[in-house]
Amino acid sequence: MLVEQIAVFLENKSGRLAEITAVLAESNINIRALSVADTADFGILRLIVDNVETAKSVLKENGFTVGKTNVIAVEVEDKTGGLAKVLRCLTDDNINIEYMYAFVNKTGENAVLIFRFEKMEEAIVTLQKGSFTILSREQICAL
Amino acid sequence: MLICRHLRRDEKLANKRRGNEMSVTYWEEEIETLPRVGLESIQLRRLQHLVARVYRTVEPYRRKMDEIGLKPDDIKTLTDLAKLPFTVKDDLRDNYPFGLFTVPLDEVVRVHASSGTTGKPTVVGYTAKDIQTWSGVMARALCCAGATKGDMVHNAYGYGLFTGGLGAHYGIERLGATVIPVSGGNSKRQINIMKDFGSTVLLSTPSYALNLAEAMDAMDVDPKSLSLRVGIFGAEPWSENMREEVERKLNLKATDIYGLSEVMGPGVAQECLHTTQGMHIFEDHFLPEIINPDTGEVLPPGEKGELVFTTLTKEAFPIIRYRTKDISRLFYEPCECGRTLVRMEKVTGRTDDMLIIRGVNVFPSQVEHVLMGVDGVEPHYQIVVDRDGNLDTMQVQVEVSEGVFSDEIRVLENLTKHIQKEIKDLLGVTSKVKLVEPKTIQRSEGKAQRVIDKRKI
Repeated sequence: MLVEQIAVFLENKSGRLAEITAVLAESNINIRALSVADTADFGILRLIVDNVETAKSVLKENGFTVGKTNVIAVEVEDKTGGLAKVLRCLTDDNINIEYMYAFVNKTGENAVLIFRFEKMEEAIVTLQKGSFTILSREQICAL
Repeated sequence: MLICRHLRRDEKLANKRRGNEMSVTYWEEEIETLPRVGLESIQLRRLQHLVARVYRTVEPYRRKMDEIGLKPDDIKTLTDLAKLPFTVKDDLRDNYPFGLFTVPLDEVVRVHASSGTTGKPTVVGYTAKDIQTWSGVMARALCCAGATKGDMVHNAYGYGLFTGGLGAHYGIERLGATVIPVSGGNSKRQINIMKDFGSTVLLSTPSYALNLAEAMDAMDVDPKSLSLRVGIFGAEPWSENMREEVERKLNLKATDIYGLSEVMGPGVAQECLHTTQGMHIFEDHFLPEIINPDTGEVLPPGEKGELVFTTLTKEAFPIIRYRTKDISRLFYEPCECGRTLVRMEKVTGRTDDMLIIRGVNVFPSQVEHVLMGVDGVEPHYQIVVDRDGNLDTMQVQVEVSEGVFSDEIRVLENLTKHIQKEIKDLLGVTSKVKLVEPKTIQRSEGKAQRVIDKRKI
């Protein structure tokens, strides 16, 4: 049910994102999804990759601070109202979202929503109750 | 006994002078203009008396002298001062709080304290007579800067444990001027008071003076419309450029004052109106030396080194050869103002890593102490001090280790807020905490470079 995401601390200075992606490319790691959250002083890069352990260790070797968190990936049809439907279901159950980001898969038919919730277990129950498709890590990597 | 008689004569002189206040240029003319040979004979007598007294009454001093086989009788000339052991800030801490006092506590009428390197303050005490002496030297300082009985003195030094506020306050009252005990902060109110009360003399840190100038600008108050004539600024290092800026923006004459709580407080030395080449040290009370900070050897006049003070007249908390860690020089040439008192150059630096940020003493070790108290934070940090407009700023850069990292912005922001609050609580200084990537703070071979001071002083 849960997908592992890695997070990397970024200072706001030029070239850092390029360095991270170069490090990952050298180790043949494929980035499936990413988002950057930023403040005036720093940023947090969040990544879904095909090989979490390798990605984590090569980034650490290169001096980055890396963390690992569990997130939930929900697949919805890529059409109007797809996201709204999921969010309505979560709101009805008082589930708070810490952050989220999204990408559209290769076929273009479906969108994948990545969520981090305050209460992960309760969120899963709610999403299952709403009959949404929750993707496993293997499914994400296969997309 | 000689000392007492002498002071009483000074008192009489001062009282006599209070009658025709407008012509006062000296507070105690006789002593301030005494030929050096006379001054030195007073100094020697007082020094001998002091050494005999601390040897008799203060165990730590006696122990230090016994260790090198020195007896009070060995002090035969002023150059024998160099035989006495130094006193350092650690001695004050080791004897916290009252271990170096020479009189019973019931004779102590006031204590003050300043921040120490580990958060433990250093405490100083004063007898009623000490407060009189202090008020007297502070009155001298005010006269030296051209203040008179007729002045309305705006005292914006902080009142409290810090010696600045109360020390200056008593001197202003002693001078017979009117003191406005406004203390620091609330610039808008300060300016309204200046306007309404007609403040003529301003006492504050130089950076706060510039802050007031900015506030005047924002309130659309023209400094020329105020009555300010002279400023007495101290408690932090400031440059000649800053002096010009203060003078221009506040439309007054800016003078420098020196003091430190371990020696007395404000009123140890003061610039006169005739020169910007140093502050007159009131050396009948505070005997200065310049030493080589590495060897401890006394340096000849005019050479740059660490300033060392011996208090000649203090009762409750006298101090012998206190190493101030301030870098300065001594000029013995006569001054145009007629004072024969030696002048000390504006303090140009420190021999230790102490920072003075907005008048507050900050040791990097205190910041480290705070950081080490936060779960997961590693001891890789750097302090960047700068000046934003007129105010000192302190940024603490902290490396983000895995222990504190989170994928949530909120968590990291709470971390920086928490550290900022802890620093404020312990040091009394507002800082900005910046999280940086690991290994971005330079690792050095020997002593880590903890501080980058970008202020141009």
